[in-house]
Amino acid sequence: MQVNENKEFQPLIVAFCCNWCSYAGADLSGTNRLNYPTNVKIIRVPCSCRVNPMFILRAFQKGADGVILCGCHPGDCHYTSGNYFTRRRMTLLFSMLDFLGIERDRTRVEWVSAAEGAKFAATMNEFTEAVKKLGPNRRLEDLRCRKQ
Amino acid sequence: MQEAIISKAKQLLADGTVNRVIGWKKGEFAYDITPAIFESAEEIDADFVYDDFTSANVSKYLVKESKKEGKVLAFLKPCDTYSLNQLTKEHRVKRENIYVVGIPSDGKLDAEKIKAKGITGITGVEKDGDTLKISTIYGEETMPVAEAMSNKCLSCKSKKHVTYDELIGEDGEVIDSNRFGMVEELENMTSQERYDFWRNELSKCIRCNACRNVCPACTCENCVFDNPDSGVQNKAAADSFEENMFHIIRAFHVAGRCTDCGECSRVCPQNIPLHLLNRKFIKDINSLYGEYQAGADTTSRAPLNDYTQDDCEASIVHERGVE
Repeated sequence: MQVNENKEFQPLIVAFCCNWCSYAGADLSGTNRLNYPTNVKIIRVPCSCRVNPMFILRAFQKGADGVILCGCHPGDCHYTSGNYFTRRRMTLLFSMLDFLGIERDRTRVEWVSAAEGAKFAATMNEFTEAVKKLGPNRRLEDLRCRKQ
Repeated sequence: MQEAIISKAKQLLADGTVNRVIGWKKGEFAYDITPAIFESAEEIDADFVYDDFTSANVSKYLVKESKKEGKVLAFLKPCDTYSLNQLTKEHRVKRENIYVVGIPSDGKLDAEKIKAKGITGITGVEKDGDTLKISTIYGEETMPVAEAMSNKCLSCKSKKHVTYDELIGEDGEVIDSNRFGMVEELENMTSQERYDFWRNELSKCIRCNACRNVCPACTCENCVFDNPDSGVQNKAAADSFEENMFHIIRAFHVAGRCTDCGECSRVCPQNIPLHLLNRKFIKDINSLYGEYQAGADTTSRAPLNDYTQDDCEASIVHERGVE
């Protein structure tokens, strides 16, 4: 018997959040009782620049349908310049994913400060909707990791 | 040209400037030439060769060779000097232990392209203007040189030696050869078409790692793909994801350091156009962060080790091109 036949597709979103801004922003959106989808799983990183391109690919491999990277606004990095490097790195990586035909809306970089709880919630709502429209990640998935 | 190179090699060996030479030696057939190290004039006389099939870039061997005792002589074509310059910049070679003799190159040939014309049993080739005279065991054949030219030479970026201690022949100029043509063509396709194109190409990958091993920019002593815990250790890809990942990461790790020497595609036994991935990065870097040619000098900062406060945001990828 198929139970979840009419169930709407629920994407799995992985959000890499930097410890100093975005993670605190997520915290603030929680204490402000703002809603954002439960599809979003947050992974805390010391700085957005800790995120290696491999992390993004690994997230897709392990079943993510969308990956979002949040960090401090340019100029506000706790380590002075980490997010500037992130910005170049991710621009090139996303451009390459696009070049290989992976849907470009599955990846995003967003700058969220510790005071922007509302922005965090809004970004996550919007991103989840965008990924939901794309449907499950098929172009960059690992069949061995697919949950039956 | 071969005579001039051989006499130069022997002269430098004889006067003690160097104690060994990196060059090329004949293989079993006229066209399977491999890089080799020669330590004496006798060895050079016996095996040394420089002709239209010596396309291998010997710069990468210098990483290891330059750390040994004494000086090593390397014959570098213009494109190879970019690779050496990049390695010098990254402190991967001891430049003072290398004696570079720049040699001209008018484009190397791809034996596979000749064989594709049904010409087999090749014993030698000779360029005569625009026609290529091929001697085979079945007799003489001819074909246009341009059709036999290897892909990496068809989109040659420079005939200029960026580093050398001595030159044989004349130095050339940087040339504009529309090398991003194919990348642009792909960019103008739809996302589905691009996906199909790359699936078709990358699914041929047998993970022989030749592209990684030959790449003069890939000089990490411990490669991420050799890590037994990575789950992507040397083995055939079990899933399309692994094929994508290997090639994205391979190209990303040399982004901003790749001199576009084209060795990755040349050695690929499956003929995957891997240089397109590297060129895509080069094109993006050029258009987003300013023109940059890796290996052109030894002082400038690599684009990925650098930033400006008003770099574009990653969302630029969403704003341009075809969906």
